[in-house]
Amino acid sequence: MSDITKQSLTELVENIKNKKLSSTDITKAFIERSENSKELNAYITEDYTSALDKAKKFDQKPNLNLKLPGIPMAVKDLFCTKDVKTTAGSKILNNFIPTYESTVTDNIWKEGGILLGKLNCDEFAMGSSNETSFFGNVQNPIDKDLVPGGSSGGSASAVAGQLTPITIGTDTGGSIRQPASFTGTVGLKPTYGSCSRYGIVAFASSLDQAGPMAQNVKDCALLQEVISSYDSKDSTSVDFKRNQYSKELTNNIKGKKIGIPKEYRVDGMPKEIEDLWQKGIQYVKDCGAKTIDISLPNTSYALPTYYIVAPAEASSNLARYDGVKYGFRAKGENLIDMYEKTRSEGFGAEVQRRIMIGTYVLSSGYYDAYYLKAQKVRKLIKNDFDEAYKKVDAILTPSTPSAAFKIGEKTNDPVSMYLNDIFTVPVNLAGLPGISIPAGHDSKGYPLGLQIIGKAFDEQNILNIAYAMEQKINFKNKITDWWIK
Amino acid sequence: MSKNSSEYLINRKDNQYEVVIGLEVHAQVLSESKLFSTSATKFGAEPNTQVSLVDAAFPGMLPVINEFCVKQAIKTGIGLNAKINKRSVFDRKNYFYADLPQGYQISQFKDPIVGEGKVILDMPNGKKEIGIERLHLEQDAGKSIHDLDPQNTFVDLNRSGVALMEIVSKPDLRSPDEVNAYIKKLRSIMRYLGTCDGNMQEGSLRADVNVSVRPKGSKEFGTRCEIKNVNSIKFMQMAIEYEANRQVDLIEEGKTIDQETRLFDTKKNETRSMRSKEDAHDYRYFPDPDLLPLEVSEKFIEELKNNIPELPDDKKIRFIEEFKLSPYEANILVSDIDTAKYFEEVVAKMGKNKDIKLAVNWITGELFAVLNSKGLEISQSPVSAKNFAILINLIKNGTISGKIAKTVFELMIDGDKDPQKIVEEKGLKQQSDPKALEALIEKIINDNREKAIEYKQGKEKLFGFFVGQAMKASGGKANPQLINEILKKRL
Repeated sequence: MSDITKQSLTELVENIKNKKLSSTDITKAFIERSENSKELNAYITEDYTSALDKAKKFDQKPNLNLKLPGIPMAVKDLFCTKDVKTTAGSKILNNFIPTYESTVTDNIWKEGGILLGKLNCDEFAMGSSNETSFFGNVQNPIDKDLVPGGSSGGSASAVAGQLTPITIGTDTGGSIRQPASFTGTVGLKPTYGSCSRYGIVAFASSLDQAGPMAQNVKDCALLQEVISSYDSKDSTSVDFKRNQYSKELTNNIKGKKIGIPKEYRVDGMPKEIEDLWQKGIQYVKDCGAKTIDISLPNTSYALPTYYIVAPAEASSNLARYDGVKYGFRAKGENLIDMYEKTRSEGFGAEVQRRIMIGTYVLSSGYYDAYYLKAQKVRKLIKNDFDEAYKKVDAILTPSTPSAAFKIGEKTNDPVSMYLNDIFTVPVNLAGLPGISIPAGHDSKGYPLGLQIIGKAFDEQNILNIAYAMEQKINFKNKITDWWIK
Repeated sequence: MSKNSSEYLINRKDNQYEVVIGLEVHAQVLSESKLFSTSATKFGAEPNTQVSLVDAAFPGMLPVINEFCVKQAIKTGIGLNAKINKRSVFDRKNYFYADLPQGYQISQFKDPIVGEGKVILDMPNGKKEIGIERLHLEQDAGKSIHDLDPQNTFVDLNRSGVALMEIVSKPDLRSPDEVNAYIKKLRSIMRYLGTCDGNMQEGSLRADVNVSVRPKGSKEFGTRCEIKNVNSIKFMQMAIEYEANRQVDLIEEGKTIDQETRLFDTKKNETRSMRSKEDAHDYRYFPDPDLLPLEVSEKFIEELKNNIPELPDDKKIRFIEEFKLSPYEANILVSDIDTAKYFEEVVAKMGKNKDIKLAVNWITGELFAVLNSKGLEISQSPVSAKNFAILINLIKNGTISGKIAKTVFELMIDGDKDPQKIVEEKGLKQQSDPKALEALIEKIINDNREKAIEYKQGKEKLFGFFVGQAMKASGGKANPQLINEILKKRL
């Protein structure tokens, strides 16, 4: 059955539809591989028994009109799942079992998807290496002791390691695209407002966006089609006409104008990233698209802006974890003492750092200099993209300034960790869609990704470009199953 | 304290001080559901039975604005003659407390939904305009209950997320009496609009009171103290009086006033320091990223404007013009919407040949007395407007005398009886047959010959005696006017 887990989502759906495989076959195969892959530490919570029950139930009365008919999948543990523990990678939610379902996961179950379990992630999605999780590091299937990226590290690891055929992550500053790049998988951050935030543990509300992660672009398009919906329960959800992304997918991108922003050529960027980018430019040209040099002049301010806006919102969003209503509570002498102990013991170091940064930038006397200024710069960054899109249809950049690094390599240097997000954060600040596709390897054989940034609500276009490039690149992930004894 | 003039001043040896007051009124929006969730808002429900996942701030829960509450705020803004802002922004006010599940209150800070407006007060010495600074929408917090257990605090989240309108006045109020009139006027306007029930016992209306003092004639404001969360007009007045005197004493002693937040202790009748300016919370206001700026169209506002009912100020003018009431009478009738409704219904039911003055006297006299003694609101009046109108008409057309009417009214109270039927059943109809009355009076004069002679000799006081005898003989039913006429002729 090992070949089942090697199949793409598209193949699995086809095999279910023509009855070559049952949901039970597929579910069993992924459970078995997941059981053998505990060393990756991709899962926080396993829900295998329930998954098998659901698969059996599906097989008894299969509805083959669904988009994900009986397809099992694990999801990032930031999505609230009814009756299944949801931790956000934090001790403070260690014992939290929601009575409700996030809209995005609900959309998946309605289309026939089956929950395998909840995947590891950085605590409250704050991290770029999955090292801030209360539940420990996640291994990158590419190599031992290599980080899978973050914050959707468990998700990226699980897809790359074929523990799940597809998954969903969340992306606040690159948390889908960076781990996708580090693991040789495809990850899409949709336009802000495309996927409902209802039921997703919030990090930075104005930036958070759920998105699909998959082995290939077509699978990614299909999952995006399922999870994107207008939702009146999220006031920032946008009611726009959504495409049938997988059905409308085409590799014909002739005549498309692709912008190459010079500001993404940052100081100290390794040559292999520059080479990869040049290769990418050649690929899109080979596909019949044109490349145009553009300027996004405020790019260098994106990272500092992000590290003001995101912590500011987080400091407020995380105030609810106070030990009063649910989750972890430490004993205290009085209310204030209980708060202090609960939050000191319940939150990890990175989360505490960001809460403090956020509290500081919102404080009276500093608000104008930090938060307000950051909001203004954010507007300028968005204007940069608006200007560029007068000339081009999409923008091509590297996904990350380097390949995956070793566990522990950057944990003592938060700034160098934050620099990982340098190419991804401007996209979140501008609320645009961005996709990372695997495009090559570095000298060590670690995957490298390219990012295609689109206009707002133009997911179809960047999926098409990614689809066309994917066929030219013909990337093969080097997975040796080193962790399976 | 100077009470002789209309000015409220605090007097010390050589100095007179003026008191400057500004109010932040928190008015609960009359709405079935909360500001950002669909939970119910009923008063007095079992603790924690009206709490949604949003109200309890569960992970991933998001606020969704309740359009009805937005309409209520705009309507109130219109009632306050205020500028309605087409774009307003919800901000987060961050602080930790056990009954604040989100760790922040969603409020409006820089861009409120309603801007500047005004309220007109009818004070004994004339009209006074009080400026409105702004009105904004915000969430209420839950309730911490400290006295149920010696060790623990209990939290009831029923109120958490309930919509409040914070109405901020300009520092235009100058006395406890003006504060009384201002709160009553605000409440009256909101009750007319149906945007707040104004029930202070249930906490639907409470206020933070800002008080400062300055030497009479000074143009500069003194340092103010804010007295938090006062929930009755009487307590507001007491708190202002205490606080103003405290501040004046400090000044007289050459001390300075600290800007601070204070509490009013209703048992000791004093204000106490709660926290100083240095200890003031840093609320870290910033726009709530879960909510888009609130935008309302001109059309949306116009539609609400077109459906605003007649408000007390306009109603008063109309009552004076249409019914020839005195401003004093009109004021009494319009100040409460239910009184105005009752009065207008009585007027309508009285038909063509109506005596409005008589109706007003009876409403403000007999009816109010009954309501008062029974502790009822006029909306719970035991006598319906319809039967009340019939009673007034019976007096007006001479069927019964005013005195008999009081007897009839007493009987009407029990079960809202038709006064016409009471008059018939009890035979209380006024005797207005001149012949019968003449015969009756003839007999009385014959029975009291000596007194009749005395009267003729100039003892005019005795006229009253004969009237009394006639009324008595008729069982109180004789038409007093006719009795007078006949007696004058016969004596």
